[in-house]
This record gives sequence, C-alpha cells and structure tokens, in this order.
Amino acid sequence: MSLLSNITAATLAKDIRLEWRSKDAINSMLFFALLVVVVFSFSFDPLAEESRQIAGGLIWVSFLFAAVVALNQTWAREIRNQVLDAYRVSPAPANSLFLAKALGNFIFVAILEALMTPLFVMFYKLRPLGPAWQLIPIAALGTWALVVNGTFFAAMSLRTRAREIMLPLLLFPISIPALLAMVRSTTAILTGEESAKFWIVLLLAYDVVFTTGCLLLFETVLQAE
Amino acid sequence: MVTDLVKQFGRFAALRGVTADFAAGRLYSILGDNGAGKTTLLRTLAGLTPPTRGTISMLGSTSARAVCAQFGYMAHPSLLYDEMTGLENLGYFSRLYAIRDEGRCKEVITLVGLDPELSRPVGQYSQGMRQRMSLARALLHDPRVLLLDEPFSNVDLHSAREMVKLLGRMRDSGKTIFVVTHQAQLLEGTADEFVWMQAGKIVDRTPSLEPLKTP
Amino acid sequence: MKKIFPILAILTAGLLSYALYEALIVAPTEQTMGDVQRIFYYHVPSAWTAFLLFTINFVASIVYLIRRNSRADAVAVVTAEVGVVFCTVVLVTGPLWARPVWGIWWTWDVRLTSTLVLWLIYVSYIMLRRFSTSGQTPVLAAALAVFGALDVPLVYFSIWYFRTQHPQPVIGGGGSIDPRMLHVLLINWLAFSCFAFLICWSRYRLERLQRDVEEMQSLESLLEPRSVR
Repeated sequence: MSLLSNITAATLAKDIRLEWRSKDAINSMLFFALLVVVVFSFSFDPLAEESRQIAGGLIWVSFLFAAVVALNQTWAREIRNQVLDAYRVSPAPANSLFLAKALGNFIFVAILEALMTPLFVMFYKLRPLGPAWQLIPIAALGTWALVVNGTFFAAMSLRTRAREIMLPLLLFPISIPALLAMVRSTTAILTGEESAKFWIVLLLAYDVVFTTGCLLLFETVLQAE
Repeated sequence: MVTDLVKQFGRFAALRGVTADFAAGRLYSILGDNGAGKTTLLRTLAGLTPPTRGTISMLGSTSARAVCAQFGYMAHPSLLYDEMTGLENLGYFSRLYAIRDEGRCKEVITLVGLDPELSRPVGQYSQGMRQRMSLARALLHDPRVLLLDEPFSNVDLHSAREMVKLLGRMRDSGKTIFVVTHQAQLLEGTADEFVWMQAGKIVDRTPSLEPLKTP
Repeated sequence: MKKIFPILAILTAGLLSYALYEALIVAPTEQTMGDVQRIFYYHVPSAWTAFLLFTINFVASIVYLIRRNSRADAVAVVTAEVGVVFCTVVLVTGPLWARPVWGIWWTWDVRLTSTLVLWLIYVSYIMLRRFSTSGQTPVLAAALAVFGALDVPLVYFSIWYFRTQHPQPVIGGGGSIDPRMLHVLLINWLAFSCFAFLICWSRYRLERLQRDVEEMQSLESLLEPRSVR
C-alpha cells in the first residue's frame, strides 16, 4: 500500500514538474478556457433572471470541453519514446500510475475551472441565491467524475485509431448521469429554487462506483496489447 | 533458465512455434532478417505481449509479471522522458523499482560512460548517448536478465564498442543477456551464442558468426 | 442444429404475424389516445428485448473478463449489435407516439431517456470494437460493457429525480393496464423475443464462422514458410 502511494506521489510530482517546465499544455489550455467563456457569452446573452437558469449548464459544458482537451494529452508523454513500455515492464502497480494521472488531471482541470468561473460570474452577472458553499463539493465531485473516467478511457483510446475522437465518444455517454447531476445541482444553487442534496449524493455514488471500477480494470487495460 | 515454448500470432504469425532453452549467465545475440520475429520474441519474453499459444518459463516462473523486477528491457525508442535530464529520468525510474540507494543512479550512469551531472535534457542527446542512457535505465535495478532490442542502432562505433564491453562484463558477473541486433558483428567474440531466426522460427544456433545455411 | 433453424424461422414468422394481427385488430382501442396507442405494442416489447440482450451482453462480458473465453466474446458482440437495433426501434417509436398524442417529439420520460443513454453507451461500444487496433479488443470492449452496466442504475435514478422536478408526459401511460392489452403485449413480446433470438443466432453463427476462418488463416500462415522479404 505504501509502495502504491510512493509511486503515485513520484509520478504525480514528475508530471507536475514536466508540465511546469514545458508549459505547453498549460498555456494553450488557459487560452482555450478563456476563448470558450467568451464564445459562450456571445452566443448566450441573457438577462439576469434567465442567466441563472442556464448558467449551470453553460458552465459545465465549457468545463467539459476544457476537460476533454486536457484528458486527450494525459498519456502523450508516455507514448512518445514508448515510456509506457518501461512502466509496464517494471514491478510498479498499474493503479499507482492511474491514480497519479487522474490526480494530475484533476488538479489541472480544477485550475482551469478556478480561472473560468470568475469570468462566467462576470459575464453573466451571477449571484447564487442558494447555499453557495455547496458549489465546492459539487465542483470537486463533478470534476473527479469526469477526470477518473476520462483518464481511464484515454488509456483505452491509446489502442484505437482516431484516438482523440475516441475519448469523448466513450466518455460522454457514460458521464451523462454525472453531467446531469452537475448541471442540475449548480442550477439549483444559482436559482435557489431547489435543493442540490440529491444531486450531490448521486455524484458521490457515481464517483465511488466508477473509481472502484477504474481501479479494478485499469491493469487489464494497460496490459492489453 | 529460460525454457521457451512459444507459438504466437499477431495479425499474422510473428512467431511460428519457437521452442528453446536458454542457459543463465550467457550472452545471446539474436539475429535475422526484418520480420523474422526477433522483436516479437523479445517482447514476449519481457511480458509485454502475451503469446497466443505456448508458455514461457523465466527464472522459474511462468508469469512474467511475477519476476519482472528481474528484467531489464531496452528498445529502439529510448523509453525515457525527453524533457528531463538523464539523472532525473533515472531518479524517477528508481522510484518505480523502490530503489532507496541515492547514489545508484549516478553509479549506473557512470557505468555506461556518461556524465551524471549533465544538465541537458535527454531529448537533446545524440543517439549514442540516448541509447546508453536507456541502457542505464535498464541496468538501474541490477536485473538478472537483460532484454535489449537494437541497442546499437544509430550509435557511433566507439560508443557501441564500449557498450559491448560493458555487456561482456555484465555477462561475466552472471547476468543473462539477450541482444537483438542487425549489427551482430559487434558482438563477435563477446557473445556466447548466435541465435538465427527466420520467418518466425529459430533456424540455427552457432557459437560464432559463421554464415547461415541458405534457406 | 441447422435443421431447426428454418423451422424456428417459420414459427417466428407465424408468431410475428399473429402478434401483428392481435396488436392492430384484436386489441381494444385505447380511450384517450385512440389507435396511435397501438405503437405501444412495438415500443414496449422492443424495449424489453433490448434490455434482455444488453443484460446478456453484460454477463458475457464478465465471463470473458474472467475466463477469456472466445465464445463469450462472440455472444457479447452479437447481443450488443442486435440490442442496438431494438433500442433504435424504441427510440423511433417513442417520438412517433408522442407527437400525435402530445404534440411534442420528445419528452424526458424516464424510460425513454434511459433507453437513449443506453443506446449511446452501446453505440460507443460498437465504435470501440470497430476502431480498436489492439489484439485485445475483446478485453477493452468487455471493460466498457461493465462500465456501461454500472452506469445504468445511476442513469435511471438521475433521470427519475430530474423528472420529479420537471414533470413531463409519461409515454406508455402510468397506472393499471387492461388485461386484454396485457395479453396482446405479452404475445408481442414473445414474438419479438423469438425474432431477436433468431437474428442473434444467425449473427452468432456468422461471427463464429468468421473467427474460424481467421483462425484457419492464422494456422495456415503458421505452417507455410513465408516468402523472404
């Protein structure tokens, strides 16, 4: 168990360090996030009252776009120079690699969300009428839901043609209950009209179920050649 | 140490019934034409590709996963991160193998004839340096079995000769080494046996580089 | 085995015709919706058949993951494909029904929406199989099927709750059902199931034949020496 977390930490640290050095993905992602927010604001230009109804959906759709772009490059460095082979040949458990990648993606997408949110608040003049603190667990659980399955399906797509389209093709249908939960709960908080509790519990259940599923099946997927 | 009864199909038959016994502590040079199945054999031995049929027994176990800590694998791609220096790369891989000894990375980099303090990222190395660093990665955890796929490709002659000498020393210290290469003449005099493959089978095993009997 | 097939085919054809007759002629006309309601006899049995097939797919996928049995994989492929077809029928008949009755093409009806998501998941399953370059495609597909199955209850609950907050017309009607209608429904379901079974069976035979041919080809290339490159 400690070996698992040791390797997970090492891999995560390595990924962060590499990302920090090249700043490839960070820069392009940040700009992409900004673009998405601006484009959406042009496309949907509502009055304050309506904006609360739809903002929940808009925000999460834009987060979803950003997440997919981030997820698609999850394994990019491991594919170059076939580093993945080196990992597979080592005694390191596959799950530690998975967790490290998933956590890395989570941090990355969370940063993007943190940057995009103030922009949305500004453009749509949002002011939550419900208990705003609940947005934190919603964001955390929702992001993890996307990232955990996304990392898993990104690994699956490595073995397919049309790799980059395969990831969203696989991810979106499975994520529908989570997406529904994220959108409805955010809308509930923004409009203050309903309670988000059910959705938060659903997100929690979703996260538990699929994190377990991913951990059980990742080794199989990694070694499938 | 290795008893090998392998029949494997890819989309086509990459290995068509390979049965062989390899003793420990020897250096084997595997050669043959393109498409003879050399790389497939090596990858199957390493546990990277499951055989379609047949079994492999390495170091007393039929499961590659169980003994993978004893394997060192190297291929034509460097299996290293281009954006990190050699030392950083090895530092990471040493964590994968739970190596605590801090000096080990430097030790093994020096062993292959490179400078551990080199601050250039691996992506900027010459091919010869990159192959040597990749070899260092394979040697990091002091494996008993080395599986090397084209380690000398695009490497300058001097570096290649140094690598061969190193492999000889490794073999003398008891490691079992398999080298797949098109440049088998480099191993003349060092290798214990030359294993000739053709069309997915082993067709001959000779102690030196005598010409293969015509197909 | 081959002799039974034509007999079953004829029986199924007969059953389907009988079921059609029952649905269109014999079944009583529904009070509020009129004759349009008869789509119900295609909509619901298709849905049940699709769910049955997907359940078989789930079981076959798990069996494959544990045993790596190639027949289990063949069953998985077959049930996925035929299941998607029946699912498509459900998704087409749903709006066809809703439009004349309520004037809208789509409602967030729990079952219809869940079926849509299930359809999406299985279409992505089929795409994964088509696009995969790995020799281990069955493993990946089986993993996806397991994920899909895990997803189903979550899908259902999320849409169910969503609907309680945004009530919409319910396709298929709530409440009790006239026993004569139930009778027709069950006949149609039986007919559909037989039909599905027949199609699956012939598809399965096709799949096995294909795999046998591939295996023969592999064996052949194994024995014959290849030309020197």
